[in-house]
Amino acid sequence: MNSPQPRVGVLRFPGACDDRDALWALRALDAEAVFVWHTETELPNLDAIVLPGGFSYGDYLRCGAIARFAPAMEAVAAFASEGGLVLGICNGFQILCESGLLPGVLRRNESLSFVCRDVPLVVERSDTPFTTRCTEGEQLLIPVKHGEGSWYASDDLYEELEGRRQIVFRYSEPVNGSRADVAGLVNERGNVMGLMPHPEHAVDPLLGSADGALILSSLVESARARALQAA
Amino acid sequence: MKARVLVTPKQGILDPQGQAVESSLRQLGFSVGEARIGRVVELEVEAKDAVSAQAEVERMCEQLLANPLIESYEIELAAQ
Repeated sequence: MNSPQPRVGVLRFPGACDDRDALWALRALDAEAVFVWHTETELPNLDAIVLPGGFSYGDYLRCGAIARFAPAMEAVAAFASEGGLVLGICNGFQILCESGLLPGVLRRNESLSFVCRDVPLVVERSDTPFTTRCTEGEQLLIPVKHGEGSWYASDDLYEELEGRRQIVFRYSEPVNGSRADVAGLVNERGNVMGLMPHPEHAVDPLLGSADGALILSSLVESARARALQAA
Repeated sequence: MKARVLVTPKQGILDPQGQAVESSLRQLGFSVGEARIGRVVELEVEAKDAVSAQAEVERMCEQLLANPLIESYEIELAAQ
């Protein structure tokens, strides 16, 4: 490809475990992916940032509750407020909810069991920077692996989010007791997304599905468009 | 000053852990109503009096110890 590679950061917290998979997947999808350590107070020059899955700070207190106070999170919030693209996967989603960058909260699975399997998802929106390569109503197969993925919002909050079409992915079958089977959603502005399934584990057919590449390559393309716009 | 913070799921919020404990207690033959599970945080607070200690611990709850979307909290202060 002739156009320049977009720079995508992968934020690393102590206890992260999917950071290397995210870096590998982004590189495979033609991004210049770089690690960002959680103690950084400023982000390097980036077109997008990914908060990967894992168990930051041992999931102590509540998942993501401690990580949200990491110095780098202030920089992520500033990046998001300037319209920067932020994707939180699994623990990254939990951190974005705890830090108030995304609405709602992720709670213990209704079954109390850790779920680890490929799950079918339905794409609700293809007009976000994270889903440009998907089509609305399309079903994707992407793995989940979490004990605390049951997304919750009050009735009023859920209605608001639904009204603004902030729900981007829903499970096609019950997975964790998540409200209205929500698997992923965006903020009001549409530049921050969180999702429980792991697209970085599904970028090669050898691993059972390459559907995750649709999400990550949408992100890479949108980041490239932003980079070109800024240039 | 010692403080004890009790964080519990808000009323109306599904508590699967509480439900699991409740059904286990019933299986053991205990006659119980609803069981809810929360967490206790014990703290040593440096404050000049109980009023300022209370205010300080409330700020801790709002910022970190509880998630106001789903949890409520109670603070108990014990003079040493």
